[in-house]
Amino acid sequence: MSKRIATQGRLIDRSRALTFTFNGRDMRGHPGDTLASALLANDQMLVGRSFKYHRPRGIVASGAEEPNALVNLGTGPSFEPNQRATTTELFDRLKARSQNHWPSLEFDIGAINARLSRLLPAGFYYKTFLRPRAFWKHVYEPIIRQSAGLGQAPKDRDCDTYEYFYATTDIVVVGGGIAGLLTARSAAQSGAQVLVLEQTAHLGGRTPVDGGTVDGQPASAFIDALLEELRAMANVTMRSRCMGAGIYDHGFVLGYERLTDHDPDAAGPRHRLWRIRAKQVITATGAIERPLAFAGNDLPGVMLASAMRDYLINYGVMVGQRVIVATNNDDAYRTAIALKEAGADVLRILDARDSGGGPLMQKARELGIRIDCGRAIGKVRGGKRVKKVKICAQNSSGGALEEVSCDAVAMSGGWSPVVHLWSHCGGKLLWDDGAAHFRPDPARPPTGADGNGFVSTAGAAHGDFALGDIVAQAHEAGRKAAQAIGMKPKKHDAPIAAETREARLLPVWLMPAGANIGLRSKAWLDYQNDVKVSDVELAAREGYESVEHTKRYTTLGMATDQGKLSNINGLATLANSLGTPIPSVGTTTFRPPYTPISMGAIAGEARDAIFQPLRCTPIHHWHEAHDAAWEPVGHWRRPYTYPRADEAHADAVAREIKNVRQAVGLLDASTLGKLIVKGPDAGKFLDMLYTNMMSTLQPGRCRYGLMCNENGFLIDDGVVARLDEQSFLCHTTSGGADQIHAHMEEWLQTEWWDWQVYVANATEQFAQIAVVGPKARKLLEKLGGMDLSAETLPLMAWAEGEIAGIRARVFRISFSGELSFEIAVPASQGLALWTALIEAGREFGVMPYGTEALHVMRAEKGFIMIGDETDGTVIPQDLGLDWAISKKKEDYLGKRAQQRTHMASPDRWKLVGLETTDGTVLPEGAYAVGEGLNANGQRVTQGRVTSTYYSPTLERGIAMGLVLHGPERMGEVLEFPGTDGQVYHAKIVDPVFYDKEGTKQNV
Amino acid sequence: MLILTCPYCGIEADETELASGGEAHLTRHGPGTSEDDFSNYLFTRQNPLGVHFERWRHAHGCGKWFHAARDTGTLEVFATYPAQTAEPPKTVCDAIRKRRPGWTWQGTA
Ligand SMILES: [Zn+2]
Repeated sequence: MSKRIATQGRLIDRSRALTFTFNGRDMRGHPGDTLASALLANDQMLVGRSFKYHRPRGIVASGAEEPNALVNLGTGPSFEPNQRATTTELFDRLKARSQNHWPSLEFDIGAINARLSRLLPAGFYYKTFLRPRAFWKHVYEPIIRQSAGLGQAPKDRDCDTYEYFYATTDIVVVGGGIAGLLTARSAAQSGAQVLVLEQTAHLGGRTPVDGGTVDGQPASAFIDALLEELRAMANVTMRSRCMGAGIYDHGFVLGYERLTDHDPDAAGPRHRLWRIRAKQVITATGAIERPLAFAGNDLPGVMLASAMRDYLINYGVMVGQRVIVATNNDDAYRTAIALKEAGADVLRILDARDSGGGPLMQKARELGIRIDCGRAIGKVRGGKRVKKVKICAQNSSGGALEEVSCDAVAMSGGWSPVVHLWSHCGGKLLWDDGAAHFRPDPARPPTGADGNGFVSTAGAAHGDFALGDIVAQAHEAGRKAAQAIGMKPKKHDAPIAAETREARLLPVWLMPAGANIGLRSKAWLDYQNDVKVSDVELAAREGYESVEHTKRYTTLGMATDQGKLSNINGLATLANSLGTPIPSVGTTTFRPPYTPISMGAIAGEARDAIFQPLRCTPIHHWHEAHDAAWEPVGHWRRPYTYPRADEAHADAVAREIKNVRQAVGLLDASTLGKLIVKGPDAGKFLDMLYTNMMSTLQPGRCRYGLMCNENGFLIDDGVVARLDEQSFLCHTTSGGADQIHAHMEEWLQTEWWDWQVYVANATEQFAQIAVVGPKARKLLEKLGGMDLSAETLPLMAWAEGEIAGIRARVFRISFSGELSFEIAVPASQGLALWTALIEAGREFGVMPYGTEALHVMRAEKGFIMIGDETDGTVIPQDLGLDWAISKKKEDYLGKRAQQRTHMASPDRWKLVGLETTDGTVLPEGAYAVGEGLNANGQRVTQGRVTSTYYSPTLERGIAMGLVLHGPERMGEVLEFPGTDGQVYHAKIVDPVFYDKEGTKQNV
Repeated sequence: MLILTCPYCGIEADETELASGGEAHLTRHGPGTSEDDFSNYLFTRQNPLGVHFERWRHAHGCGKWFHAARDTGTLEVFATYPAQTAEPPKTVCDAIRKRRPGWTWQGTA
């Protein structure tokens, strides 16, 4: 069994106990424990079920590479799925539940999948689609549904807060192990600013577990002194619980700091996302031990040798009392020795190498441990935990020589440098034949803006594993990084570590080497996604030669651990199956983040009110005080309508429309884009931007214009007023002001840079109020200050003057069909004018109206709306706007595109009005269907609804739409099937429903 | 995330401050041009692994458009320069040739 022992445990505080629950069961641990070490201290070997076969799974690693021990953590608003027990620090009253099982972890129905494993081979998701439909529906889909997804999605709103942190530094060191710390020291000795990021709670890495001697001191004492020294250096910052998540272009480094995960009651943000710019980055990210591929290597109790050593030395947890160690290298002997010295019974070391190891083997033998060379694990037996190991020769097909009872197996297949961060931004790798791993190729680093490398590596991440090599190389790496940024490193000797000579590793990709198919189909490569040696072999037989394709076909390395354990074993298996060397198979692409980071950290502070800026017109607060229902328009909020107490929105809109048509209404039109275009070439410029002629517009007059992009599509519309000979005021749509401003700047700066034109966006400098309705002139005359008679200020004219004592520009333009004045005043005077109009208008029955009334009234008049009638595929000609397209101009943006065959086709859908035969309102976006089916077996379509409203003026539904040959089919009735199952019938009519002659606006 | 120096205001701008505008030094084709020329102008773009000219706008800064000559593979930036030019200035071409001997602008020396 697995239990806490009285000795060891350098990271835990035995004087205090913490209580926690796992699947509702009460357990105890200590401060300093991880959830994994605490579970193991409570003999909880079974911690989850695998993704596909629901196999019983135990803890296999001790760090970020753990594939099995994923739990649901917390409850309610702090619930989070897929939390790795090995990187979750224990806190008091922690609540964890295991995942991916039903009805319980101990008894899981999904485990039936394991019995069906022959039906669920590699690529099963793809192959399944080839099978008969019925088989899919009744057999496969239920199985997939049950096994889809690991944890559960949170149901509540996240109660925690998150933040971004921006940092600029000379050098970032990723990894706070002995290599990272030595690198930081020698770099910082040059005076450079150094930031060290360590993902765990402890600086110092795994050297204190592995032991050794540096500069005559025990390694752990050396590290303590080194940390002391670094803490005293003003130019060194060290952050623990802060993972270097990714390295990106030009020295951008993403850090992920977990501030309160270990102490959920603490104040402050939970996670902090560091956005760092560094001149040089050193990855001292260590290495990850590889599992061995033998049958039953996924049973709870089979663990990486280094992890078993970590649990013993760091947490005082002895995972097994009767342990078998299987290895192909010397490092696993350290585990055997540590276990033996702590009192465990180490039954056997099975060393796959015929000649065994070096001095460490000698030491183990002296402790009385039996060592069998050239031996392998044939198969591990047991259900929910290890019971027996069948031992065979490594060079065999798995015939058992003997069977030994045990309760844990420690395995080591060698170590792979963590090359992820090196690779994120393009660092290349070398295959090291001797050590059987990929390591960074220093000659091909990620390069920065100057074309030189900006990332280097140190320690095990560099491919060095002997302590002496690590300390010497790390010291030098820090000096080189400082030199690379032009700093002068101090003369300072590298530390010297006593060497422990290790014998050469034997690459073992399968145990035993000739394992039969029965064993290979029980030898796991990817624990989380249930990919076995036999699956990769099958993929190779089926022709998958690229590692990227094999990955996707078998799902190898595609789980939440991203193949940290399975990667090298998987591609070695593929290489062997293909009969090619490993380096020619290559690796899959390493992408950030190194381990998953929380969505909250990515969002940072951007939620609720500060998710995006809110733009307010000068009259915004009046609307708010008068209970406006809001509509978001770009970053603006505009009143949709002003409902009175208990008034439904539709009723409020109808009331506002009737009031405009019969009396007078006010619209806050301040959001309208207002671009001033000025200069000797302003007219020429606007002739290129608008489809019609603007240069001929007279000062004092207004003209409606359309803007297209170079593809010919309509992008914006609005009224242009000529202010003087050299100045135009271009009104744009509310949402379009910034884009159209940018559009103008782009053409002016990049194409017609010799034209003398200047553009300024004056949208926020003016408040604009539309005074609309038959009594509009009376209201304004009451306020006084300007002659607004039809003779002085006819339709499509504008004038400057004073209204109610406020300097104003008055535009006679109408978007409603009524008598209408749009009054622009300085933004600071907007509210004053608005309240003056409300006060003075009382006797005329004035009411404010919102955007919905505006939209309905424009539809009644058949005016188009950018975004309703247009969607980026519509040209002005589609909308019957040919009158606004100049025939005389040689050129304008979009002209050439509108001459292309498809654009000039008579079969384009064209704008018409639509009137339901029974007066109901057509559904939004509904399609008109025609006769027959298209190539996909769907009904043929011949048009669609672009705008549809209930018109209170006409007391019926009205709509506009684009219809094939529409204008030639007046009176024809079309069918519009709705998503509600009904079919609507609508007649094609003229799009102008109200006051076709335009007499009402022209008074 | 790239850093490009805006040639107008001199700021070393993070990519988040910039808006990309695709390939630089395209020639506008308008009315009177052939279908092929016009459709190439609208839709055909180079996508090299190596030296490339791009348009960028210092959108959250001074608002100016500029050009960047950079290597899309190594992320090396050879130069940034004002957009008011139909082809890269000689100084820019020289800067590229210094780092990529033998390179020529559109295949001409
Ligand atoms: Zn700038």
